[in-house]
Amino acid sequence: MNTLLIVAGKELREATRNRWVVATTLLMAALALTLSFLGSVPTGTVGVGPVEVTIVSLSSLTIFLLPLIALLLSFDAVVGEIDRGTMTLLLSYPVARWQLLLGKFLGHAAVIALATVVGYGAAGVALAMGNTAIGPESWRAFAAMIGSSVMLGAAFTALGYLASTIVRDRGTAAGIAVAVWLGFVLLYDMALLGILASGSGLGVETLNWLLLANPADAYRLFNLTGFKGVSAFAGTAGLAAHVQLSVPLLLAVMAGWIAAPLALAAALFSRKQI
Amino acid sequence: MTNFTAQVQGVTKRYGETEAVRGVDLTLAPGECVAMVGHNGAGKSSLIKLMLGLTTPTAGSIRVLGGDPASAACSPIRRRIGFLPENVAFHPSMTGRETLDFYARLKGAPCRDNDALFEKVGLEPAAIRRRVSTYSKGMRQRLALAQALLGGPKLLFLDEPTTGLDPALRQSFYAIVAELRDRGTTVLLCSHALTELEGQADRVVVMNRGHKVADGSLATLRSLAQLPVRIRLTLPTGEIDALASRVGEGAALTRLAGGVVELACANDDKVALVRRITCNGPTAPIAVDDIEILQPSLDEMYAHFLRREAAE
Repeated sequence: MNTLLIVAGKELREATRNRWVVATTLLMAALALTLSFLGSVPTGTVGVGPVEVTIVSLSSLTIFLLPLIALLLSFDAVVGEIDRGTMTLLLSYPVARWQLLLGKFLGHAAVIALATVVGYGAAGVALAMGNTAIGPESWRAFAAMIGSSVMLGAAFTALGYLASTIVRDRGTAAGIAVAVWLGFVLLYDMALLGILASGSGLGVETLNWLLLANPADAYRLFNLTGFKGVSAFAGTAGLAAHVQLSVPLLLAVMAGWIAAPLALAAALFSRKQI
Repeated sequence: MTNFTAQVQGVTKRYGETEAVRGVDLTLAPGECVAMVGHNGAGKSSLIKLMLGLTTPTAGSIRVLGGDPASAACSPIRRRIGFLPENVAFHPSMTGRETLDFYARLKGAPCRDNDALFEKVGLEPAAIRRRVSTYSKGMRQRLALAQALLGGPKLLFLDEPTTGLDPALRQSFYAIVAELRDRGTTVLLCSHALTELEGQADRVVVMNRGHKVADGSLATLRSLAQLPVRIRLTLPTGEIDALASRVGEGAALTRLAGGVVELACANDDKVALVRRITCNGPTAPIAVDDIEILQPSLDEMYAHFLRREAAE
């Protein structure tokens, strides 16, 4: 346990030093604040709270941005250290390989969590200081959005670690990371939509499973259908009624998307000949 | 308790098609400084990685400090091993102190001893506070040595420790190694710079293409190699013919620049040969201004063992 914290702490410190933490936090805060200010404009006429508007717009943006940041942060984690020669020295220390991998992951996940919580939290503060009264239900949805965003970031960090462990050079790892992002974030939904539109008679059951097979979709469903106020505004109320995926299941799936790639990466890493 | 710190038995390591290490046996005793020589790709680094447990042998067995270095329960073993890798790299954005503190914590060594270590390897307090990315090659190497010495290791692997260091730094480097060895630490030293190992190593292991081709003290290797001793004579006059007749069949004579003549003879003959040249005999002794006796250097012996290997 102690070893994990030492490794994670070093990773976090390094990310702080090379401005990753500052850059991502500022980016997240800027986006969140922009969207929350935009969201507070139409409230009078539409009849939904500013928080709900912000959640819908912010979570849609998070799906694109956060996986990209997470992959950029993580694709180099293992292969880069092997490349630079720091890995050989680290592994000669009394550290098990899974400890090293998990420790580094915790450090990177902490960077994502910090950036998300501070960045989006700033938007929350801005909303709270606005004139509109905001109910506790809305705040719960907002907190859930931040929490699930951290999970989404962690899931793609784990995928980045897997990419970083599989290959032998950094270029390939970067390529895989980009492919993972394109695949899960952009192409997957397009393909799904295409299949649905072609009227191939995809059952609801199959669709549910296909949505779970992508962490980004699980995140989207969680945020857009998990809370009534949000789904009413997001226009997904109809979908929410059809999709029989409960909130705990969606959370479990996202947790699975963190644990499975990480476990696979750890298994591969411990067998890797450095 | 065993009387060896590391034992390698019949170890072979294959990476795909290539065999990096082939059937190597090696035993390292406490308080011994062993030099491993061989050119690039001879299997030195591969052997060290095997002994560190970074890779597992394809065949054979390795025991280090009483255990298997690649097993899951190797942490107590690794705590007592120091390693200085060939191309040492540190995380550039951390300072010297942070780097050493990080490694000390990983190794479970107290961080308060780090100041003494910095002083030992000669890193200035001002340098310790700076980021590693600003370090020169020599400073990085000092930091690398400091981390290898963390926790007072019983076994120290130094892979090409002195490449890129200036002569003064090399001297202090070897002084630290000698001090450790005297306190019972086993030191395994890899190097290309064979000549600087003379006087440092108790034993020399010659590696070539994954094989161990020779193993023994410098004196043992010398007598094994039976390389000629070279005697250089500076002659005031060109009495080469007279010299040649005195030298006779036992030695080869070469003329060098500046009136210097080099004689190559077997080690056992050298005293007799010098006597034949400089003492009174049937003819007057040959006038000699200067005499210099050259033992075969480690470089030459290394080349000899490689030639023998190639001939086999």
